[in-house]
Amino acid sequence: MLQITGVSRRFGEVTALSEVSLDIRQGEFFALLGPSGCGKTTLLRILAGFESPDSGAVTLDGADLLSLPAHRRPINLMFQSYALFPHMTVAKNVAYGLERERLPRAEIRERVEEVLAKVGLAEMAGRRPQQLSGGQRQRVALARAIVKRPRLLLLDEPLSALDKKVRAEMQLELKRLQHEVGITFVVVTHDQEEAMSLADRIAVFSAGRVEQVDEPVALYERPRTPFVAGFVGASNLFEGAVHDGGLDGGALGVLPGTGDLPEGTPALLSVRPERIRLEDFGVPDEESPEEPAESPEPAAESPREEPVSEKPESVEEPETAESVEEAVSEEPVSEKPESAEEPESTEEPETAESVEEAVSEEPVSEKPESAEEPESTEEPETAESAEPEDAAGPSEGSGDAAEGSEGGSGDDPGEAPDRSKDSGAPEGGGVLRGKVADVSFYGGVSHISVVVPGRPAPVLVAAQGATRVRTGSAVALHWAADDGVLVPQ
Amino acid sequence: MRRPRLLYVPFWVTYVFLYTPIVVLVAMSFNAGKSPYVFAGFSLKWYGELAGNATIREGLVNTLVVAAGSTVLSTVLGTLLAVGLARHTRSRVLDALGVLPAVLPDLVLGIGLLVFYAAVKMTLGLHSVLLAHAVFGMAFVTAVVRTRLTHADTSLEEASRDLGATPLATFFRVTLPQLAPGVAAGALLAFTLSVDEFVIAFFTAAPTTPTLPIVIYSMVRFGVTPEINALATLLLAVSFTVVIVAQRMTRLTESLS
Repeated sequence: MLQITGVSRRFGEVTALSEVSLDIRQGEFFALLGPSGCGKTTLLRILAGFESPDSGAVTLDGADLLSLPAHRRPINLMFQSYALFPHMTVAKNVAYGLERERLPRAEIRERVEEVLAKVGLAEMAGRRPQQLSGGQRQRVALARAIVKRPRLLLLDEPLSALDKKVRAEMQLELKRLQHEVGITFVVVTHDQEEAMSLADRIAVFSAGRVEQVDEPVALYERPRTPFVAGFVGASNLFEGAVHDGGLDGGALGVLPGTGDLPEGTPALLSVRPERIRLEDFGVPDEESPEEPAESPEPAAESPREEPVSEKPESVEEPETAESVEEAVSEEPVSEKPESAEEPESTEEPETAESVEEAVSEEPVSEKPESAEEPESTEEPETAESAEPEDAAGPSEGSGDAAEGSEGGSGDDPGEAPDRSKDSGAPEGGGVLRGKVADVSFYGGVSHISVVVPGRPAPVLVAAQGATRVRTGSAVALHWAADDGVLVPQ
Repeated sequence: MRRPRLLYVPFWVTYVFLYTPIVVLVAMSFNAGKSPYVFAGFSLKWYGELAGNATIREGLVNTLVVAAGSTVLSTVLGTLLAVGLARHTRSRVLDALGVLPAVLPDLVLGIGLLVFYAAVKMTLGLHSVLLAHAVFGMAFVTAVVRTRLTHADTSLEEASRDLGATPLATFFRVTLPQLAPGVAAGALLAFTLSVDEFVIAFFTAAPTTPTLPIVIYSMVRFGVTPEINALATLLLAVSFTVVIVAQRMTRLTESLS
């Protein structure tokens, strides 16, 4: 519907846009995402008609857009500052655009009432903008923009001025309205969460160029440029060259990953923190500086895997907590099932499930499925089958077998270490080994940074729920080839 | 916490210094006697004389005509100039030139205008004073409105255009209402400045149509009379009213926006 072809714009020495081409479809919720100064706002202003490009073409439904002045374009913009007219009431603000079309008064009144009802501000019609709250102002701005029924609605950082609670509300509201009115939305934002949660497709901008255009999930799971891998979501990036389907990371050895790049190509390997599974060997000196109360001494000896989610049961029963190990690899993104293991046969599976769902607060498009196995404790194989993606990884078995055995021998802490050492031995216990440098818990997720010898920056690991890993623990990191994405450099 | 009383002394001294002459002037305007310096009882007779003085009445009418005309002219032109400077140029030189007449010495402006009028063979009269006052009034209006424009939100104008308003409609429906307090303040300033402007009026007025300050000047040349005091008191009253109205208006518009 909207075609942007080779648009460039320079401001003196600065190139704001360089050969940008995009194709935005009818009825789509499209996001332009990038850090500030990447040119996305310039593109928005070009579309609105406040800026003209140095070169390139923009067509709307096949007709040239650039030759039209701003006030003749069938495009409306919702300003970041909302730009409500302070000297007019809410109703007058909304009616402004219709009055400029010289529509009959009755029709204007009708449409204003209709749109104000739609955004839930019917009673505020007589107020002035400065008497409204931030969220209400935004609704007025939105109503004023959509009442003209534009072909295209541009939104400049629509949620940035709102506080967190109102943001979540408005996010849903925006999606609902977009669905209802069927207008094509183009949103500009520097906030990847905003883009991911709102948009059907996202164009990632960097330094005036489009890095990648994709759906949110694809953008997150299959970044095609180093910038996208680093900008969209947290990511661990490893430098090296493609080797044997994975990445030869030099001192780090060959790291598992996937990507159709020719052998030997210089590349980055991107591994999401929540895709890394942690195998905990405890603090070497058997001290528990962080949480001595929660982790009794035996915990340090028995290798544990990072718990995915805090189970109420395990908290209640300390002797379970020591020996229990839980799968680290929860799958925040899309289709993959989350393995939630419960070695101690739980009395109430429902409770565990609801806890997990409440905790999972990831950039998810679909809710992770929680595969629960209250009674599976005797069979390691069952545990493995719960994590199909792990089977593909080179670390196959090392973690899962340990888990299984751990689960099976939940009552016997002595058995678990042996089993896990056995399975971990051939590969040195994971893709990488390191030491936990820091553990923090927020948003229902534990963020663990692990210092790995031979890598300057720590590797970030995210685990659902509160973790029992402590600072200073020796750990092994596991991930499957599917979880590492090779990005050409 | 109480401040030491001593700190208030400079404050009161300043006010006494500023307002003693004015108080004396107002008091003397009610003098029954003929001397402007010796008070000899209360009387309103000088106000009566003032009302009967045809020269003063004529001067007052001339002044009001000039002030009203130049205010209208300078407000319209000054506002347009300010908008043009703020929105359509980035030239700092033009910006400075726009407000220069406000700080130019009156003498320079007066002589310059007189020479210019002579060069274009324009007759002198109220119209010439009116145009002359519009020149410096415009500079003040421009300065005031320009300041307000730099603080105004350009996204409002963009929003207006985005909603389908032509540039003209945008100016009248969005830009101007935003500027209204600044425009009003500029207009009041231009009016009060024009009413008591002497030097430029002295150069550009015709001898047959003197403005009030010129009339007062010629009267004072033969000595100050209580009549002058009465006139000054009236002018003072007008100035005070205007200042208070201006303050009220800005407070009103600020509470609205």
